[in-house]
Amino acid sequence: MSETIPAVSLRGITKTFGPVKANDHVDLDVYRGEILALLGENGSGKTTLMNMLSGIYFPDEGTIAIDGRPVVIDSPHTAMQLGIGMIHQHFKLVDVFTAAENVALGMPGKLDLKETARRIREICAQYGFDVDPNQKVYEMSVSEKQTVEIVKVLYRGADILILDEPTAVLTPQEAQKLFNVLHAMRCDGKAIVIITHKMHEVLAISDRVAVLRKGSYVGETRTSQTSVSDMTTRMVGHSVKLDIERKKPKNPEPRIEVSHLSVRSAEGVLKLNDVSFTANSGEILGIAGIAGSGQKELLEAIAGLQRVESGSITYCSPSGAREELIGKSPLEISRLGVGLSFVPEDRLGMGLVGSMSVTDNMMLRTYRSGHTAFTRRRQPRDIAKHVVDDLQVATPSLRTQVQQLSGGNVQKVLVGREITSAPTVLLTAYAVRGLDINSSYVIYDLLNRQKESGVAVIYVGEDLDVLIQLADRILVLCGGEVSGIVKGTKAKKKELGLMMTHVGGERI
Amino acid sequence: MNPFFDFLLAFIPRAVVQGTPLLYGSVGEILTEKSGNLNLGIPGIMYAGAISSVIGGFFYNQHIVETGGVMSPALAVLIPFLSCLAGSLLMGLLYCFLTVTLRANQNVTGLAMTTFGVGIGNFFGGSLIKLSGSDLPSISLAEISKYFHAPLPFAKDLGWFGELFFSYGFMVYLAIFVAIVASWVLKRTRAGLHLRSVGENPATADAAGISVTRYKYFATCIGSMIAGLGGMYYVLDYASGSWSNNAFGDRGWLAIALVIFAIWRPGLGIPASFLFGGLYILHMYIPTGTNLAVKEIYKMAPYVVTLVVLILTSLRNKRENQPPEHLGLPYFREER
Repeated sequence: MSETIPAVSLRGITKTFGPVKANDHVDLDVYRGEILALLGENGSGKTTLMNMLSGIYFPDEGTIAIDGRPVVIDSPHTAMQLGIGMIHQHFKLVDVFTAAENVALGMPGKLDLKETARRIREICAQYGFDVDPNQKVYEMSVSEKQTVEIVKVLYRGADILILDEPTAVLTPQEAQKLFNVLHAMRCDGKAIVIITHKMHEVLAISDRVAVLRKGSYVGETRTSQTSVSDMTTRMVGHSVKLDIERKKPKNPEPRIEVSHLSVRSAEGVLKLNDVSFTANSGEILGIAGIAGSGQKELLEAIAGLQRVESGSITYCSPSGAREELIGKSPLEISRLGVGLSFVPEDRLGMGLVGSMSVTDNMMLRTYRSGHTAFTRRRQPRDIAKHVVDDLQVATPSLRTQVQQLSGGNVQKVLVGREITSAPTVLLTAYAVRGLDINSSYVIYDLLNRQKESGVAVIYVGEDLDVLIQLADRILVLCGGEVSGIVKGTKAKKKELGLMMTHVGGERI
Repeated sequence: MNPFFDFLLAFIPRAVVQGTPLLYGSVGEILTEKSGNLNLGIPGIMYAGAISSVIGGFFYNQHIVETGGVMSPALAVLIPFLSCLAGSLLMGLLYCFLTVTLRANQNVTGLAMTTFGVGIGNFFGGSLIKLSGSDLPSISLAEISKYFHAPLPFAKDLGWFGELFFSYGFMVYLAIFVAIVASWVLKRTRAGLHLRSVGENPATADAAGISVTRYKYFATCIGSMIAGLGGMYYVLDYASGSWSNNAFGDRGWLAIALVIFAIWRPGLGIPASFLFGGLYILHMYIPTGTNLAVKEIYKMAPYVVTLVVLILTSLRNKRENQPPEHLGLPYFREER
């Protein structure tokens, strides 16, 4: 590869946000006809680096060359003209627009949506996509939205594609479809950069791996010459144990009994339909399903945040008392020891206040236990210190505003707080969404410790590999219905994937 | 002819002329809001537009009186017109500079602009009244107003039909034309698509290479100029060229309420404005006897309707009928 000119060549790129150095003299080459996997822990600066390539951020130092020519990328528009297209982790689509309108956005010339739709169909035919140009984006599934994003950059003639965690929201089947598309594009001579935390995907799809650690460039290897543990070691800087220990549940007894639960959204859509299951103490109940299959509504119903149409949710306390949770306020439910940590797509949306410090965010949980009108910061400071140390949160100090931390670190603060509040039932959704492999394993370990201490853990997850390794039982949701409950030791990934798309999983 | 028809024939033209300032104001505000700027300064901008046109017209009138010349119809229309555009453009630029460039809070800025615009209007209004040496606390530009007020030439020959459709000054037709053009631009052109994307999701627009700042500036300034024309229409046509301080009333706020009533569609704004205009004067046409309290209740009609509409549009139905998603929020590319 050394004799060909790289499509993209970054030299000495540096970017700082306030006191945080997001990128520190990073060098990176990307070649045509190749898929490069960009690896790194959360906050190691992968997304920041790629945002500079796509013109969202401007580097403080360093040079960028495209096909050997030095360029200045001062806006997304320039990046587009240079043939760079980025598919962001959070889709950059206007919800009330149709697919065609979204694709036409930012293009020069007269607006002709019919012509745009025709070319979209052409691109779809070429790479095997399935997009209806006249469908509104808010009516689309996550995978369809992602397809629109990819079509959008291809429509603009991009030949350098950057994908930021593209599979985080896809089912295994959808991810496989995406990989086929990426392969087709690679054969087309496009340069592709993919940011991901899922090691098996790196091995499956990439040709080369580049690693960032704490904003600095660590090195690169050919994928064929590396292994998961090797890559993880490079990322983290020391070796990491990569198995999840699953101990047998110790005398499980029912904690939460859900029966015939139905929930309707404010728009009148049936979000949960006749859901019944039991969550036991000392056990991790995994919940799998395509994003938006009712996971959020289920957890919120248990936590008292969601209006329930019919059914019952019973809490069985360790002392044997049974209490109906429906009709109780969220505060009363959390006093019973039912804790909810939901990590939404935008991370700051639920549970944390961005403009408050790490310590003050801990206080959001504990301030009610104070006896006077004045706040006492010592206890929340201790909890904050505990969480920061335990989960290795990269923060300049406990007084730093949460919104200044990188996404992954924000999340560690949120999940850490909920877990350390030591409930009897722990509800957690997408706890490792977007977290790097090291922090993910720290969280799995924390969840396992909670389980061993007798907590009933309900874990909504996206990564089926992890669910299979971590959960004692896996409940699969499909369009708000229980598609089946599978034992963790017996679950197969393919089978779960089918159950996620068809109730029961038999119909294909 | 039956009395009901007579009533309509008297009522509808009054509703139309009452509704026209509202139509200008709401079309201006719709364009502004489509860029994500919630400009609550519209009442002040309409007021400033009105006084700007009065200032222009006043000095032209003085000039004619002093030189003893004859008033040219073109200048009599153009001078107030351009003064109005210039005055409201300055207000729009000020709002943009504060909220887009400096990223000040839009609500606070807008409310300050309203206070500011009304203050400017009353200050210059008072000065002009002094200059004119009039006994009454008002300025009369009746000469100039004639040109604004002139109905279409063939209106008289068409009987009640002409009365209903062609009896208005040119600015009524201009308002309808502007609303139709705005609607077409938003729906059918690339600039409209880009503008809508800026108001819905500026990060997406930015990533697509659209200059968010430029669209916000242009939409807000053009919107301000359109709204300013509403103020000018009120003084030079509706009020027959007589300015007195605070006469414009709360029409600016009604224009903002109309934006919601018209669910951000300039086309719908046309019938909605005339409906609001009708509601505004309803109390004069409903016999209430000597009991003035009842009259006051009818005067509440437009405000009650606005509240009802707010309730109805807030009951979530279609995503398309919701305000632009990023309305009222500043945009900063490198924000984390």
